[in-house]
Amino acid sequence: MRLGLPHSSKVPMPTESMHEDVEGFTRRARAWLAKNIPPQTEDGTLLRVRTDDEELERIGRCRELQRVLYDGSLAGICVPREYGGQGLTPAHQDALNHEIVGYDYPAELQMPTFTPCMAVLLEFGTDEQKKRYIPAMLKGEALWMQFLSEPSGGSDVAAVLTTAIRDGEEWVLNGSKIWTTGAWWSDMALCLARTDWNVPKHRGLTVFVVPIHHPNIEIQRIEMLNGSKEFCQEFLTDLRVPDVDRIGEIDQGWTVGTRWMYHERTVAGGSPYVTFPDGRRPVRELAGGAKALIHLAKEAEGFQRTHTRQLIGEAHAHSLVGSALIERISRQIRAGVASGEAAAILRLYAGTTVARNSTIAFEVAGAGAIAWSNDDGDAGQVGMGYLMRQASSIGGGTTEMSRNVISERVLGMPREHDPSRSLAFRDVARNSRRPYDRGSQMDPLGELKR
Amino acid sequence: MFDRIEDQELFEETTKRFLESEAPVTKVRDLVTSTLGYEESYWRRGAELGWTSLLVPEEAGGGSVSAWGVLDLIVLAFQFGFHAAPGPLLPVNVVAAALGRWGSAEQHSEVLSRLLDGSAIASWATSGQVGKARTIEHVRAHTEGEVIVVDGEVWPIEAGSQSNNFLVTAYHDGGLSHLLIPSGLSGVIVRPLNSLDLTRRFARLELDGVHVKSSALVGRAGMAAKADSWLKDLAVVVQLAEIVGAMQWAFETTLAWASNRYTFGRPLNSYQALKHRFADMKMFLESSYAITQKAAMAVQSSAPDQAELVSAGKFYVGRYGPELMHDCVQMHGGIGVTFDHDLHIFLRRVATNVPLYGSPSDHAARLATLLESANAD
Repeated sequence: MRLGLPHSSKVPMPTESMHEDVEGFTRRARAWLAKNIPPQTEDGTLLRVRTDDEELERIGRCRELQRVLYDGSLAGICVPREYGGQGLTPAHQDALNHEIVGYDYPAELQMPTFTPCMAVLLEFGTDEQKKRYIPAMLKGEALWMQFLSEPSGGSDVAAVLTTAIRDGEEWVLNGSKIWTTGAWWSDMALCLARTDWNVPKHRGLTVFVVPIHHPNIEIQRIEMLNGSKEFCQEFLTDLRVPDVDRIGEIDQGWTVGTRWMYHERTVAGGSPYVTFPDGRRPVRELAGGAKALIHLAKEAEGFQRTHTRQLIGEAHAHSLVGSALIERISRQIRAGVASGEAAAILRLYAGTTVARNSTIAFEVAGAGAIAWSNDDGDAGQVGMGYLMRQASSIGGGTTEMSRNVISERVLGMPREHDPSRSLAFRDVARNSRRPYDRGSQMDPLGELKR
Repeated sequence: MFDRIEDQELFEETTKRFLESEAPVTKVRDLVTSTLGYEESYWRRGAELGWTSLLVPEEAGGGSVSAWGVLDLIVLAFQFGFHAAPGPLLPVNVVAAALGRWGSAEQHSEVLSRLLDGSAIASWATSGQVGKARTIEHVRAHTEGEVIVVDGEVWPIEAGSQSNNFLVTAYHDGGLSHLLIPSGLSGVIVRPLNSLDLTRRFARLELDGVHVKSSALVGRAGMAAKADSWLKDLAVVVQLAEIVGAMQWAFETTLAWASNRYTFGRPLNSYQALKHRFADMKMFLESSYAITQKAAMAVQSSAPDQAELVSAGKFYVGRYGPELMHDCVQMHGGIGVTFDHDLHIFLRRVATNVPLYGSPSDHAARLATLLESANAD
């Protein structure tokens, strides 16, 4: 079933005939990658929380890799040439995704720098804005973040409290954003702010570009239950942003925001702007995971048990089905058979299966997942992965929101009732605490911590 | 639906129209009490449409639609699932594929030609297990001079009572052999079984000192293990496509029901609790299409990852296909578990496919074994 417009047609894609053909491109990419990019060093073991030093080293490495790709004319495959890209087609990007399997690649730059941030700039930015920002992204010089979620809003992304007030040729921003991954090592952000409180929720929003490391932005890192401090919360206090850094029309930010979240969903499959080796998208934890499970089972002396073998097989099936599903939905979105909203199916699949496979790993690892010595290897990480398992169903939009998108926009079922649609935003019921007041109990973790 | 290639659209459309007129659900209900479970004229006309020729090479009298016979067959099996259509689609195609590839000229002219024109039925006598050597225990053959003596018992065999010939997988000469055994031979006993599906008939085959000549061999004696394993994977993808067809029918039907059925002054599909379940079902459905098509392509080309993809498919579709069907029943409420409503006809078809040729759990265990051997490489 297809509902709504094929949105991807909004961004003009160059046709293949204008440039090198896919076969020639594939040959070029294959030869060039073999010569210039080292193989992937990551082994198939389960993911572990990096130290800050390791994180910075990895990000630095990603910036370098991106620069090497840029110099080799393999960055921004579907980005027009005037903005530093290659002006090629999604078919070329597919070919690159296939050829880059087994090589180290700048995984951490794909999301959110290229999608959704660069995708939003391409769609809504002025020519000047694109020229100013996109080449730096493609060279690995500027890493971008999304200043989208707020402490008060939860899944209701449009319920933005961060406010931008016009002052001549500038805007003054105040408020707080949260759940930005790695803001502490990033450079720029797209920020959704409220520019009119007297109209309904979706009508008074505007998008801005903001520099992250600015004296008027304070970054706080959030410690997750597994010790990761990847996520951040930012506090914007009288941050002045020039009007030339406004993206899209004033008060039309939800038009941008809808597409912003659409591009965010396409990272799971269908986006022409991200480079991911085939079979490694958001189900990537699963791919190496199932093989690591055999190791875990043997350590736990459980591999010969029928039930354990079935669990391992189940985990592996999930990863194989996930790859097949990504291929199918991506193919259908590209061909216009399915609307871009179908990417929500991939998001739901990734969220629910990562959770299931984390549970499988925990069961297979046995007692080693809850008590371990320093030289015990992966088992302790399995326990942490299990405690964190719902993160895969929360981050990037909850699976509940994906289910809303699938039922309402893919299957055409009635929309949820939203009383705020007809009220001025200032009259909409909301959390009584004002999360953008810095220093009190305003961050969501505040009450627990203080 | 599956992504279709070349001439498949016309083929699918023709079959769909034929099934709509010749095998509507009312007809399926009428066939409940029939012995065969289908009408012979229906099966012959289906054969004319190409139902039995897709996996048979042209030189053996067959022919595919798109040059990718396995992909053609899953399009057909999908339509069988979507209509809960009667007829021995899987067994005849599996035997036809085996005879077409490995059968002798005599087997081609005497048996295969009759499968191709729909005048005879054949089925595969295998235990349907995967990852275990159960077949080996079930049927044994030994050579005595000029004859091969076969003993054993296999069940359930689809269309067993209707079959003129059995392709028997037997432990023989230190390996597996495929033997084509006519149903009329002395020592061949076929006992009909009751079955969950309304039109699909099963039987138990007993082979009590059956004597055949070496001309009954399909392929070489003791060398059929690889062929047998390919046939099993083929059988599984046919099952998967049929399950997906039934899932599609149930999902469409229930989607329409939920928009027309009102409770508490609102249509069912306006309740978020139900909308979210539809979203999950849509995910099960799309994932099932995706892995089925990918597994079928792997079987078509005997790809290195064929076994992995087929087992991933049987695990996933075998587990979530029935889940979707039962959820559709739940969305209907009480009427969903009545004989009058058609849902059970499709649920029976799905359920029937689950344990045969390896249960979801069997295939999960097989995946672990495949992974382990890949790790060892």
